[in-house]
Amino acid sequence: MTCFGSCSEDGIVKIVAICGAGIGTSGILKVNAERVLARLGIEADVLAAHLGTLKRDAADAQVILTSAEFVDAIGPTNADVIVVENYFDTDELSRKLEAALGSE
Amino acid sequence: MPLPPLDERAIIIGAEATDWRDAVRIAGRALADAGVARAGYADEMVRMIEEYGPYVVIAPGLALAHARPGNAVLKDGLGVVTLATPVPFGHPHNDPVHVVLALAITSPAGHLESVAAIANVFNDTSAVQDLIAARSKDDVLRILQ
Repeated sequence: MTCFGSCSEDGIVKIVAICGAGIGTSGILKVNAERVLARLGIEADVLAAHLGTLKRDAADAQVILTSAEFVDAIGPTNADVIVVENYFDTDELSRKLEAALGSE
Repeated sequence: MPLPPLDERAIIIGAEATDWRDAVRIAGRALADAGVARAGYADEMVRMIEEYGPYVVIAPGLALAHARPGNAVLKDGLGVVTLATPVPFGHPHNDPVHVVLALAITSPAGHLESVAAIANVFNDTSAVQDLIAARSKDDVLRILQ
């Protein structure tokens, strides 16, 4: 894949899924994002995290996956912030991840 | 990949909830009845939504209520509450909620396997409709297998 923006040194895309607790919802985003990325042939590290550890975990992330409620709290970031409406709709995730990561 | 344990006592069919807080508290009581969490976990789940908003409504009609691991969680477990009358959580896309899943996790480490199992069930878009139509605890157990 082509690597846009702030790719990590090893060229693997870093994605962080954010929710309030760092378990549960962000975990579902993580596992479904990994499934979609495998299908798209994009190599990526996907981390489940919560707002409290966002600064540490998402400092070098290219993509942040989250719900609309967290966009303001995430604040300014170099990452593409993707707002997911239906966490179980892998077509939605696929469409949005592909747009953000600009696969060829 | 196993689902978090689902005790029959943590399944409630056709509950009458007055609002979203009531729906989440019913799910919290179900977890307490199953010995999964202390009574206070219900309020912790409500507080998460009060603090962060209705993001737990992660798919149309479905809320995944949960709080952080802590003293209120006795063991890993899942609760399932279907509502006789759906209630709004204030979510822009996925309201109203017909089914509340309640998740209790003792430790973030290793919880992703069980969350992946939840995703396996609900990535099939018919799962929520099937739960709404469930008439018995056995129906629910079958859908979540």
